[in-house]
Amino acid sequence: MVDGQDGKTAFAAAAQPSAINHQRSTSPGQRAWQRFKKNRAAVLSAWFLLALLAVILLWPVLLKISGGDFARLHNPDQLSDGQFAPPSEQHWFGTDVHGRDVFSRTLFGAQVSLLVGVVGAGVSLIIGVLWGAVAGYVGGRVDSFLMRLVDVLYSLPSIIFVIVLITTVGEMLKQSHFVQTSPSAESALRVVLLFVGLGAISWLTMARIVRGQVLSLRSRAFVEASRTLGAGTAHILFRHIIPNIFGVAITYVALTMPAIILYESFLSYLGLGVQPPMASWGSLIAEGVSQINPIRIYWWLIVFPGGVLVTTLLALNFLGDGLRDAWDVKGK
Amino acid sequence: MTSAMYFLRRILFAIPLLLVISALAFALVHLAPGGPFDRERKPASPEIERHLKAKYHLDEPVWRQYGRYLGDLLHGDFGVSLKYRNHTVNDIIAQGLPVSMALGGLAFCFALGAGLPLGFFTAARRGRWPDHLGSFFAVLAVCIPSFVVAPALILIFAMKLKWLPVALWETPWHMILPPIALGSYFVGQVARILREGMLTAMQSEFMTAARAKGLGETTLLLKHALRIALLPVVSYAGPMLADLLTGSFIIENIFQIPGIGVSLVNSSLNRDYTVVVGLSLLYALLLIALNLAVDFAYTCLDPRVKYE
Repeated sequence: MVDGQDGKTAFAAAAQPSAINHQRSTSPGQRAWQRFKKNRAAVLSAWFLLALLAVILLWPVLLKISGGDFARLHNPDQLSDGQFAPPSEQHWFGTDVHGRDVFSRTLFGAQVSLLVGVVGAGVSLIIGVLWGAVAGYVGGRVDSFLMRLVDVLYSLPSIIFVIVLITTVGEMLKQSHFVQTSPSAESALRVVLLFVGLGAISWLTMARIVRGQVLSLRSRAFVEASRTLGAGTAHILFRHIIPNIFGVAITYVALTMPAIILYESFLSYLGLGVQPPMASWGSLIAEGVSQINPIRIYWWLIVFPGGVLVTTLLALNFLGDGLRDAWDVKGK
Repeated sequence: MTSAMYFLRRILFAIPLLLVISALAFALVHLAPGGPFDRERKPASPEIERHLKAKYHLDEPVWRQYGRYLGDLLHGDFGVSLKYRNHTVNDIIAQGLPVSMALGGLAFCFALGAGLPLGFFTAARRGRWPDHLGSFFAVLAVCIPSFVVAPALILIFAMKLKWLPVALWETPWHMILPPIALGSYFVGQVARILREGMLTAMQSEFMTAARAKGLGETTLLLKHALRIALLPVVSYAGPMLADLLTGSFIIENIFQIPGIGVSLVNSSLNRDYTVVVGLSLLYALLLIALNLAVDFAYTCLDPRVKYE
């Protein structure tokens, strides 16, 4: 008890001068924020993504409030006779094969695409951070076992396994009692399947990066100090290690999201993702591609959903690069 | 431990790995309900279905089927397609693999052929508008999915200008658009990696020394920076080739190219057990071999790298 007290005062005394030195300085987070604000492309991307998010969330509300003709015209599921109408004042993005408003369908599809991106990145964040933190902190045999497993998974054709997984588990779902009693549950379960499948193949890079960070953090002075003061493993992990890898983690979430959105659009393009009438950007583009024929070209079916998808991916990439520079993350 | 031992151990390690993969794929396709004979043209009588199942041993327990499958595999026999019964999986691979390899190989050449000059050019003009423009193109290439590039190319070059055929894989003219659509993503990646490597190399001390010796900027970039910056590109080239070979199913689908990617997607939709497991194994084998080859190439290029 007396010993511990002494240690604490001695440590506090030693820390005193540097505390004075850094009185006017800022936290690492604030410094990163300063650097981030100077990156024009990244800031612009962040604003764009916020605006897109606002439009996506507000559009269904607007349709509900306005009611009447406007809502009927823009209802994404409303079939009409005006099929393949080019973009006009009524239908800003034109209409598709069933006369549905492409603008509305793109925005409703965005909900699915972005949700898959966010949740998939979240799944990969949780698995990756826990996996990497445990491997790096515990070290030894546990570390080499966990990282060897990551190496093995890296050398597997992951997207192939997602395809096999989704077709087989999807079939299981279709046959199960639960889905047969409520058909709408099937499409919801398929989306959940997408979340899990895509998140499960995207955490490998995160685990590697986090492990590297934890390895270097573990031997830093402030962690040693905390251990000397008698802190337990859990306390050090959650109080010191995990908060310090926040910057790295958030950067890789921003870079994983576009990859997952792209994967989802691949799968939906093949008809393995969301099922109609639900739509995502990938399935919308797939519909557009299926309408290509030598006689008439319905360019708006590809250009608009594709344009929104590409712009979003661009913004996420710029945002990720900006975050990486701001936190000065050394990627692999 | 020497590098030779290391590589030997990795090759030996690949065998249990492939076993696990085959077991996983086998279990996954067999556990799911529904079978390959569900969508026959006519609803088969129970008797016919029973005979079919007996013929292909589908009435046995899964582990017996798996044992039988492994036994055949040892003889290099991937089994018979359950959907198209006059085709063996070996036939499907023999027909599709060369096509997919050609497509992937051409896309690989396109990615390097366009990506390396773009990366070099943007690094040489760093910080000026050609750099900004080129770098933007590189990011754009990374962000446009291949299934958007492909229809765009078809609309422009095949339908409007009528320079190139719309689909299929027959004459050399058919082999221009698909590799471009498949490789465009990797053009961006290669350019970004090379530019990053060049910029890092140009800040290093040996470059300052070389500049102090009075070497011209072109010599500096070509003879010194480029050599260092190529290393990360080499280590990216392996996974890239693997991605190109295993990720071509969308492009094969759009251009109606008879490769193995299309077979894999169709067979997993058709529940064609033997084809799914066989092709998954083939893909895994390709990936493992390519990763090994890259690590090996790396030890030859950079003598500082030692594996343990």
